[in-house]
Amino acid sequence: MFDIKDLYQEVIVDHNRSPRNFGKMEDADTTLEGFNPLCGDKLTLYIKTDDNKISDISFDGSGCAISVASASLMTDAMKGISLDEAETLFNEFHNLVTTDDDYDVDRLGKLAALAGVKDYPARVKCASLCWHTLHSALQGESTPVRTE
Amino acid sequence: MNNPDPANNLFNNTSDFDVEKVRADFPILEQQVHGKPLVYLDNAATAQKPKQVIEVLDTYYRETNSNIHRGVHSLSEKATAEYEAARNKVKEFVNAASTKEIVFVRGATEAINLVAQSFGRNTLMADDEIIITELEHHSNIVPWQILSEQTGATLKFIPINDAGELMLEEYEKLLNNKTRIVAVGHISNALGTINPIKTIIDKAHAVGAKVLVDGAQAVPHTKVDVTELDCDFYVFSGHKLFGPTGIGVLYGKEALLESMPPYQGGGDMIQMVSMKKSTYNSLPYKFEAGTPHIAGVIGLGAAIDYVDELGLDSAAQYEHELLVYANEQASLVSGLNLVGTAKNKTSILSFTLDGIHPHDIGTILDGEGVAIRAGHHCAMPVMERFNIPATARASFAFYNTREEIDALIKAIDKCKKVFN
Ligand SMILES: Cc1ncc(COP(=O)(O)O)c(C=O)c1O
Repeated sequence: MFDIKDLYQEVIVDHNRSPRNFGKMEDADTTLEGFNPLCGDKLTLYIKTDDNKISDISFDGSGCAISVASASLMTDAMKGISLDEAETLFNEFHNLVTTDDDYDVDRLGKLAALAGVKDYPARVKCASLCWHTLHSALQGESTPVRTE
Repeated sequence: MNNPDPANNLFNNTSDFDVEKVRADFPILEQQVHGKPLVYLDNAATAQKPKQVIEVLDTYYRETNSNIHRGVHSLSEKATAEYEAARNKVKEFVNAASTKEIVFVRGATEAINLVAQSFGRNTLMADDEIIITELEHHSNIVPWQILSEQTGATLKFIPINDAGELMLEEYEKLLNNKTRIVAVGHISNALGTINPIKTIIDKAHAVGAKVLVDGAQAVPHTKVDVTELDCDFYVFSGHKLFGPTGIGVLYGKEALLESMPPYQGGGDMIQMVSMKKSTYNSLPYKFEAGTPHIAGVIGLGAAIDYVDELGLDSAAQYEHELLVYANEQASLVSGLNLVGTAKNKTSILSFTLDGIHPHDIGTILDGEGVAIRAGHHCAMPVMERFNIPATARASFAFYNTREEIDALIKAIDKCKKVFN
């Protein structure tokens, strides 16, 4: 049965209402903007790295519940992990929201709450904007990320 | 309709418009979405098609399909006759002086680009000025920005007030003897504001400027008379007028069109081609290069027949009642903010909900079978003016009902529940 709550799970509603790691980081090593011109979602990621690890990460900006919750959950998941692990997680998340492949709930943790997005093609970009922005930032790119 | 609800009867008394009969003409409306009856409230994006239009398209491809203006065989003659008959219907529909003034294009967007490039680029100079408005759809902004880059002409905007109405006193200040073109939407797609275009046209003419009116949102809701308006160009798209996609109309005053060079070169728009030089065809063919969207034109003719038969006046009256009802109901929803509260507006309800992003509204409403548009509506300057990233927009057509507005309001309540 169709249920909108499959998309807007409690975790998502909660992270939208009170996003974690929200706010500008003055002493970030890397700062990158992401923008979805289609819906106007905007965010900025602030990242500190230390010894090939993401030692701190935050974001600010505005967008729909899916994009805000995704950024909140992503930043939570990224804190303290290595850059390689971050890249792996990026790929796993991509599969989660775009394919029907099985995913590892233990590894993804709360991120699995975003699995419902794949049934809403128009919303996949909302969920993935922050991830693409992170990916580009970690690749050392400095031009703002645009998804359309 | 035998609805026992007395309030409903009251409503029915104010308009004798038979919406159930009208709905039966629109097969798409019968379906369910996510197990709920479809409530289609995205008419400003594109309107649904009555079976009268669908059948004409079907018959055309089954029985008449042929190229026009070039065959001597019977099918070609028949297709050409139907194509030109549709042009005559458009001429009557907007009350143009002649079918030479009716050019078929892909849509409002192409019509505006045609005027910007063929008229604007050949007449504007670096010192000249173009005036548009803050309310415009991107398709009535970007072609003028391109033109201004090409010619050096300055682009100016008439601002809007907090209700989403054009500030005419500011318009007067922008006008001067350097103004060459004024391009203004008849009705705003983002807010529904009906602009005082007759006043705007007269004031522009007083300084010698030409006026293009973007009628994309107007023709489905109001009778347009280009002769009375005295506009120089009037453009619209077939798909918002219950006709096919990919077909639109440029009306231009004959003398102006005559003075303009072709926009595209190709077949049909020429009289004679030699290796050295070609002579162009007469109006309106000069602007119709290549094989046109023949079925689209004939389908548009059928759409015009449909609204003529229905009567745009009584349809507009009915839509206005829907808007009044929707406004009433929306004003009872706490946390709902209407964006665009012009005194004079068509049946568009643009709104935001406190703490809920319009895209989430759009998705949740879709789950209830209610189709609306969420976003900037290709009118980013309007969003900027109101300092919001986007709105949710419900736009009504004459086949919508009061019950559908109830479904909309109920779905909005559902949004609030999801985000409690
Ligand atoms: C006011 C207005 N102008 C122009 C257009 C462009 O129409 P089309 O995309 O059919 O060319 C639209 C369509 O959304 C519109 O609402």
